Amino acid sequence: MIESVDFGQVNWARAQFALTAMYHWIFVPLTLGLSVLCAFFETLYVRTGNNEWKQLTKFWMSLFAVNFAIGVATGIILEFEFGTNWSNYSWMVGDIFGTPLAIEGILAFFLEATFFAVMFFGWDRFSKRMHLFSTWMVALGSNLSALWILIANGWMQNPIGMRFNPETARFEMLDIWAVISSRIAISHFTHATSSGFLLASLFVTAVSSWFLLKGRHQTFARRSITVAATFGLFSAMFVAFTGDEHAYITVKTQPMKLAAMEGLYKGKKPTGLIAFGVVNPDKQTGDAGDPFVTKIEVPGMLSLLANRKLGSFVAGIDDLVWGNPEHDIVGVDRKMKYGRQAVSSLADFKKARKTGDSAAAVAALAIFDQNREFLGYGYLKKPSDAVPPVSLVFYSFRVMAGLGTFFILLFTLFLIQSARDKLTANRWLLRIGVISVFLGYIAQQAGWIVTEVGRQPWAIQGLLPVSVARSNLDSGTVAVTFFIFLALFTVMLIAEVKIMTKQISLGPEGSAL
Amino acid sequence: MIRHALNFYVEGFRNMRLGRALWKIVLLKILFLFIVIKLFFFPDVLKVTYDNDTDRAEHVLRRLTQSAETDQEPLPPVAGKK
Repeated sequence: MIESVDFGQVNWARAQFALTAMYHWIFVPLTLGLSVLCAFFETLYVRTGNNEWKQLTKFWMSLFAVNFAIGVATGIILEFEFGTNWSNYSWMVGDIFGTPLAIEGILAFFLEATFFAVMFFGWDRFSKRMHLFSTWMVALGSNLSALWILIANGWMQNPIGMRFNPETARFEMLDIWAVISSRIAISHFTHATSSGFLLASLFVTAVSSWFLLKGRHQTFARRSITVAATFGLFSAMFVAFTGDEHAYITVKTQPMKLAAMEGLYKGKKPTGLIAFGVVNPDKQTGDAGDPFVTKIEVPGMLSLLANRKLGSFVAGIDDLVWGNPEHDIVGVDRKMKYGRQAVSSLADFKKARKTGDSAAAVAALAIFDQNREFLGYGYLKKPSDAVPPVSLVFYSFRVMAGLGTFFILLFTLFLIQSARDKLTANRWLLRIGVISVFLGYIAQQAGWIVTEVGRQPWAIQGLLPVSVARSNLDSGTVAVTFFIFLALFTVMLIAEVKIMTKQISLGPEGSAL
Repeated sequence: MIRHALNFYVEGFRNMRLGRALWKIVLLKILFLFIVIKLFFFPDVLKVTYDNDTDRAEHVLRRLTQSAETDQEPLPPVAGKK
């Protein structure tokens, strides 16, 4: 008998996790990027000996401090939610998650916290070089924190280096280096951190553009824009490069996510890339409907980007759900049968262990071992349950990639005008610079929607769906804490905006911590 | 050396203006999260419900096997998995 799942509770728990993660990701990328930019600014001060660079560094550092203070500990709430709303998941992955999160806490956080004090208190107490070293250590510590978190998340997307132990109902780490060096984890890290550098560059450019529009602190603003636009241009290009790499790996590890990103239902060769499209909201897997109401397709481009091979086949949602023997694809419908075999043999093992029937336990384990990689599919009710929300993933990807392309153009224009000393003469560009920081935040959130909504229904790809990962809690309880967090995060965001805008309005002269 | 480090922090905080406000926000937030939110709203469900790891494992295993359906014949190993 299939247990009826309280999707009310699942969806409240999902909504709460998404809310927390999205608020957390408002603060984190600016911390990642602005810490590095501050280190660059201070390097210029130490190299030139020019106190104007010192004043500039201190100003951006004060804004870094505001963002850091408001954002700190927003991530810990996610860990609270693991233990309460996702207790089954938390139990099962404890051995895997524990290591990177512990390393993050011990190594990265202490590195950051130790040198933080020197960075803020030590301007007149330490040598220039020691202080500069401390600022770089804070930048390194921040980004190292991101590494370990993204290793954990990367493992969820591509669970390797471990084995499920039916005795303890836990995934047990077999190879920590496989987990750490997973291609998904590394590309996640490089893409996420470089997106943080990009956002910080947009932030500095936006504030500096505002100063120029107001006719204030013009030398300061021009210098800031020159450094930020250079850093931003390289970051934006690196984001595009790592994004391409990430998509290439996703085709292999999470082909359903890639298919949803492209709204691709029927795979073909060659496969075109949808540059622009309006998804048909009535389209279902397996039906004959057109996936798009309208679209602009670049012929053959998806084959090249996804497989780095002209004319190659890219699997669509229908191929992955119903199978495609010609291209050696086992469909979800068949995987569900193997998955149910895994689940029932696990049940037989549990029963045999209880009755002390060791022969039956061994036999059950043997069947489980044959089907263990499909365990998660055993919990799906129907094959289409393996398909993530296509529209949301499709549009989010286009928002992210489109804005990423725009940022490359934006920073190029800023650098050209900066080199020609024509920034103040191009007020339209400065206005776009001010607005673009908000576009950067939108791109950030869109990227996480692609990767986290795109992996649905999986908490652990192929092994544990979200519906099984949850705790057995009343949905009302989860709903209450959802609204508590909504209120708390809104207050924090308003506080950040108010303190930040006040600091900005004080300008470099009035920005002492 | 410890006293030197402590003095460094004390002097640093004493000279802060914006920093003091930020630290108040950080401390208030951490207190609220760990004392109010964690204590009252976010118990570790398995730790609170069960005393030992064996029972916790049993709970999770029960959850994993609740939807069991038994196939009449075992299926052959699959090839060409994607």
